[in-house]
Amino acid sequence: MLFGIRWDTSTDLNFAISIFPILLRGLSITLQATALGFAIALVLGLILAILRMSPYRIISWPVSFFLEFTRNTPLLVQLYFLYFVLPDFGIVFPAFLTGAIALGLQYCGYTAEVYRAGIEAVPRGQWEASRALNMSAFLTFRDVIIPQAIPRVIPALGNYLVSMLKDTAILSAVTVMEMLNVAQIIGQRTFRYFVPLTMVGGMFLVMTIISAGLVRFVEKRLPKEGIPLR
Amino acid sequence: MEDLQQLLAPLLRGAVVTVQLALMSMVFGALLSFAAGIGKLSGNWVIRWLSIVYIEIFRGTSLLVQMFWLFFALPLIGISLPPYVAGVAALSLNIGAYGAEVVRGAIQAVPVGQYEAATAVNFSKRYALWNVILPQALVEMMPPFGNLVVQNLKDTALVSLITLTDLTFAAQTVRNLTHESIPAFTATLVIYFLLAMILVVGMRWLERYVARKVGVAQARARG
Repeated sequence: MLFGIRWDTSTDLNFAISIFPILLRGLSITLQATALGFAIALVLGLILAILRMSPYRIISWPVSFFLEFTRNTPLLVQLYFLYFVLPDFGIVFPAFLTGAIALGLQYCGYTAEVYRAGIEAVPRGQWEASRALNMSAFLTFRDVIIPQAIPRVIPALGNYLVSMLKDTAILSAVTVMEMLNVAQIIGQRTFRYFVPLTMVGGMFLVMTIISAGLVRFVEKRLPKEGIPLR
Repeated sequence: MEDLQQLLAPLLRGAVVTVQLALMSMVFGALLSFAAGIGKLSGNWVIRWLSIVYIEIFRGTSLLVQMFWLFFALPLIGISLPPYVAGVAALSLNIGAYGAEVVRGAIQAVPVGQYEAATAVNFSKRYALWNVILPQALVEMMPPFGNLVVQNLKDTALVSLITLTDLTFAAQTVRNLTHESIPAFTATLVIYFLLAMILVVGMRWLERYVARKVGVAQARARG
């Protein structure tokens, strides 16, 4: 029994049917972790991408190093780092939040790289024109550069969303009750790993196919000129 | 000084296992990449569909799910893999599926004229693939392969969850022994970062080497 739902181990089929609602609970946590983690990666990635373009090396170098470092070290170890080290500083988050932050940190290195490519693809003339109109750097980014850069980068960001969805399984290592962890617990209690783990694999497959389809759909619907931020 | 040694010795022992796993899955992954990438473009529908199913399943599910499936689920249908084999198999199968898409993309990016020319001079399909198409495609494959190699190194950390004593596992052990998290995990992150940088530099060198070799071969072919 898990989440108050009983399982029926009489046959494989009954077992699969009875644990399906339990796995759906896990799926809901998986989706929530992905949503929160991706929101962090989107915002943090954009901020860091812009900071890295700073003319002051004292800003751009540490940011560059941070992005390279998070991108080139394993998510699992970053997750352990946050999970075990933050409490040493008196910061105690629930495992779910720590997991979402770790996902966000790992992926901000990727999203920052995507934003950089998008921003660099905006023609130089746009910068020069903003300059000629005496716009501040902040206004130039907000009203001219970012609105034009975003439509170009949405497909690439979408691919990272799909990839993050799959990586949420790693949060099971720090007790987050996402889909894989739920399947593991069912396996431990019934000694039947085959059915739950295969179902989780199938559910991941269905979700990645759906989300990859969504990314393609959004890609087609994107406005070509740019998205106004206000 | 003794503290540092107490910290680093187990971590470095773990790093050796990590490097072995990374290298082995790199080699098997590369073989799978070419097999499935070329297979997906095969004229034989059985080979084509096998490749597509393999690529979609292993790109569409989590690596950790694949690893757990090989380690926990397979024994229940009578196939027991030692953790080391399950780890290498999961890593190779996963990275191979990503690599297969790179191989396929690079082959398809070779201009159609190259195929037509190969047909025109009466090369067999196999000969054209190995001597005309793949050498040119290989140059295109190298930069994305560079990313995958680092990805694969990072992925090896997951084997610690199926009881293998790699670098991540060693970090946990050191943490449990010293009761201090910061030095153990910081040192571990730094070691992973250094390993990744070595791979990045190595792959850049390989990229230039391949470009040069293929350039030479092309120039020679042109006579």
